[in-house]
Amino acid sequence: MTTTSQATGAAIDWELVIGLEVHCQLKTRSKIFCGCATSFGEAPNTNTCPVCLGLPGALPVLNAHAVELATRASLALGCAVHNTSIFARKNYFYPDLPKGYQISQFDQPIATGGTIVVDDTATPPRAIRVHRVHMEEDAGKSVHDRFRDATAIDLNRAGTPLIEIVSEPEIHSAADALSYLRRLKQILEYTEVSDANMEEGSLRVDVNISIRPRGQAALGTKTEVKNLNSFSSAERAVEVEFARQRAILEGGGRVEQQTLLYDEKRNQVRSARSKEGSHDYRYFPEPDLPPLVLTDEFVQRQQAALPELPAAKRDRFVTQYGLGAADIEQLIANRMLADRFEAVAASSGDARRAANWMLGPVLAAVNASGGSLLEHAVDPVRLGALIKLEAQGDVSNTAARQIFTMMEREPSEPLTIATRDGLLKVSDDSALVAWIDEVFAESPTEAARFMAGERKLQGVLVGMVMKKSKGSADPKKVNQLLAARAE
Amino acid sequence: MSVTNADVLHVAQLARLAIDDTRLPGLVAELNGILQHIDALQQAVIPADLAARAVAGMPLRNDDTPSVPLQRAREAFAPATRDGFFLVPRLATHGDAGASASSSDAEGDA
Amino acid sequence: MSVESLKAHSVQTAWSQYDAVDAGPTGLNAFLSVDRDGSLAAAKVIGTNGDLSGVPVAIKDNLATLTLPTTCGSRLLEGYVSPYEATAVRKLREAGAIVIGKTNMDEFAMGSSTENSAYGPTRNPVDRSRVPGGSSGGSAAAVAAGVVRLALGSETGGSVRQPAAFCGIVGVKPTYGRVSRFGLVAYASSLDHVGVFAQNVFDAALGTELIAGHDPYDATCSALPVPALRQSATVADHAQPLAGLVVGRPIEYFTEALDPRIRAHCDTSLERLRALGAEVRDVSLPHTSLAIPVYYVLAPAEASSNLARYDGVRYGQRRSADGLREMYERTRTSGFGAEVTRRILLGTYVLSAGYYDAYYRRAQTVRELITQDFERVFADGVHVLFTPTAPTPAFRIGEVSDPYDMYLSDIYTVTANLAGIPAMSQPIGLVDGLPVGGQFMAARFDEATMFKAAAALEYAIAQEGGA
Repeated sequence: MTTTSQATGAAIDWELVIGLEVHCQLKTRSKIFCGCATSFGEAPNTNTCPVCLGLPGALPVLNAHAVELATRASLALGCAVHNTSIFARKNYFYPDLPKGYQISQFDQPIATGGTIVVDDTATPPRAIRVHRVHMEEDAGKSVHDRFRDATAIDLNRAGTPLIEIVSEPEIHSAADALSYLRRLKQILEYTEVSDANMEEGSLRVDVNISIRPRGQAALGTKTEVKNLNSFSSAERAVEVEFARQRAILEGGGRVEQQTLLYDEKRNQVRSARSKEGSHDYRYFPEPDLPPLVLTDEFVQRQQAALPELPAAKRDRFVTQYGLGAADIEQLIANRMLADRFEAVAASSGDARRAANWMLGPVLAAVNASGGSLLEHAVDPVRLGALIKLEAQGDVSNTAARQIFTMMEREPSEPLTIATRDGLLKVSDDSALVAWIDEVFAESPTEAARFMAGERKLQGVLVGMVMKKSKGSADPKKVNQLLAARAE
Repeated sequence: MSVTNADVLHVAQLARLAIDDTRLPGLVAELNGILQHIDALQQAVIPADLAARAVAGMPLRNDDTPSVPLQRAREAFAPATRDGFFLVPRLATHGDAGASASSSDAEGDA
Repeated sequence: MSVESLKAHSVQTAWSQYDAVDAGPTGLNAFLSVDRDGSLAAAKVIGTNGDLSGVPVAIKDNLATLTLPTTCGSRLLEGYVSPYEATAVRKLREAGAIVIGKTNMDEFAMGSSTENSAYGPTRNPVDRSRVPGGSSGGSAAAVAAGVVRLALGSETGGSVRQPAAFCGIVGVKPTYGRVSRFGLVAYASSLDHVGVFAQNVFDAALGTELIAGHDPYDATCSALPVPALRQSATVADHAQPLAGLVVGRPIEYFTEALDPRIRAHCDTSLERLRALGAEVRDVSLPHTSLAIPVYYVLAPAEASSNLARYDGVRYGQRRSADGLREMYERTRTSGFGAEVTRRILLGTYVLSAGYYDAYYRRAQTVRELITQDFERVFADGVHVLFTPTAPTPAFRIGEVSDPYDMYLSDIYTVTANLAGIPAMSQPIGLVDGLPVGGQFMAARFDEATMFKAAAALEYAIAQEGGA
């Protein structure tokens, strides 16, 4: 990041300053101010009513569940939830904004002052402060490519409940920005506040970017980059905009404060500003909605209802299960996986094997089927029983995997399958000797060479025995018997 | 405080009203007449100990409360619709934009 | 006065009276749309169980109705028929009332004379060269002319009480939050109220009682139970019905701006109140003179935002254009009349960057002072206040041209909107044959005491041969 200034010839060490504004759709059944469904994919304008169409005379009434979810998210981020917050009108014209104003929170948001710990990057962990969380309604959609001659307006999304989570401008790398977003998404998923899916639009990210010579206290002029469709596009947009601002300043120019749209295909940003008119949102308190008053009891109830959050879970997994950091990170990536793992660990009594099974065969099977982990046929109790069989040495790992595949198709207990299909480890000498005899008879050349002292063939012969036994032979025992026979 | 022609034109622009030149001087005079009376507010003595009003807070709605249904199809009151969409003149600034955007994605003013 | 006397006025009677007064070049022009066939058909099948079974009512054109248009007196909403119904209208219909028509009004309720309607002014039935007041002039004229005996209006700064005074009838603005605003097309949300017109205090109280009450679709609507207001408006003790009542006479309402002939009628009324057993005392509401300045900051500010939705996208009259911005500007510029344009510009200005604190925030603070003036008086033992409703009787059509002079017409009424307290106007006399209104105001949610005082005064005036 160090380049040479054309003006002075001295190297300027530029510091990148990033602030993130994340819009997150709250997981409610109905919209924030009316009873219309928030479901996706309906025919245009069918999820609309007098309120979200902005019809003359219609009035907003705030959704209690949206308030609960906003409170829960705020508490999970360590914010102070305020007893009184105020909704305000943000006035501007746009055809997908039905009332000509957006109902949002302005100078008295529901919560302020939290933190998100960024700890999965190459650099040491650090806390990024959350400036505020506020509630607002979403706008509708303007569809430009539907008709050649007109822009089409669909207001199904208008009035969808959102929270906007605003960070302090204290993120200094694209990697940290990405980590902040990952951690935030994880918390929103854990608390079941939101689906937090960027592809589906339930999580939207705007990035404020400025740069300054390292050591300078004052912030540079910032730009805001929108239209980011994924975490990786956010990361690339930060890099592109950083380079653009650096080039401007090093060329002796000035960064213009503006809104930019990130173009994924061209990997570049372009100005979003319509030339006409300046912005003046004329915020004022929404007269149709009295202040939102939340009692301490309400906030405490929401606090009590919070699930264990990722950071706490991580710490607990370290002490309770003694697993490696990488495994834990994978296991707590989402709450369902972590819960399922714990159930399997409990029923099997072997956390390490439970982790290996969850991260290995179970996830692979779920991914392959495209289904949900929650609905996976091998429930924690049966999986625990299978792991026990494996741990006790009753079945080999190979056999256990075979049994697992069978268990996906039938509700039988693993021991039943193992017994029926002859997959229990056979350590009875007579059965093993019989198999060895058969292998010697079928592969006389290898047998002769082995008996003649070519000991490295022992592995090949063990494999043949294992194959013949369909994995049920105890390999340790087979090795012992072969070694004894060669002496 | 008083307003100028430029102030009124600026405000008209924010309000999406077109003020023609013949109407402008009259409007400026009328608004200044009103503002002159409104300036009495600046003389009001505000007690230093004016307490904020205690608020009861707003009633909330259950998530499953139904919407007030529309008794008439959208097409019956909308000026222009097609395939269920409301139609507006094509937004010039979105000539090469993506499939869809909204005021919350883009610049939020038109 | 009783429910039965109100029911005696049939839909048939309404239409014969309508035919006699409304149409033609010197007609009242009180109605913007009527439903003759529908209302006559409804009258045939309506039962008798409801408090208003078969009673014809008129609705101000800014309350959403399902069959008749809701234009708000504006070109922009010409032909717009709402796909849902206002709560207050629904409650009247559920009581058995039959909506016969929608009444004329100042465009979007901005005005004090009904001259700002895009569909021509309404005439005052008492003197057709004069205005009926406004903005609910059509409803006031319809009741005064006897077309209907009950009508709904709306108030933001006096738009029910002032036309009631001008037309010689009773007009009520209940407490803010007493009646749902759902379906009332917003002008200034924190000041808007649904109000009632009637020919007497009992009918007005009945109408208020029927439209009042909690509505889950209006977050500013109170859940308090509604008392039996019709009983409050029934005079039981004919000798000293107001014994124990303290009536405040706010000195700031009796200044030189007041027509001395109106003052004289107020003084007479105060004497009558004493005779009815009330104690009358002078009180002071020191911030009264700031009410109009406060109103003309807050109401236009809220209006500038409330009227942003009229953009031609989803409903209403659109003016086509190639570009979106041109479509907006042509639609709004041609759709709004002069007064609406003026208030949108004023409201946009006072909210704009750099002016918010000096205007909007300041006005909110002074509004609080005005509210506290009232609270102090009511806390000091005053039950109701009595004042003139308007500083002058009805003026001639076209007589008042300066916008601010027109605004002063609401000087005695706007305070109750700012404080959210209930207030009403009733006839107390005539000046040159023109009606004069007297106003009662009461503490928040104490409509019952207000109606009790009004009914007693009405009774006393009737005993002496009428106002």
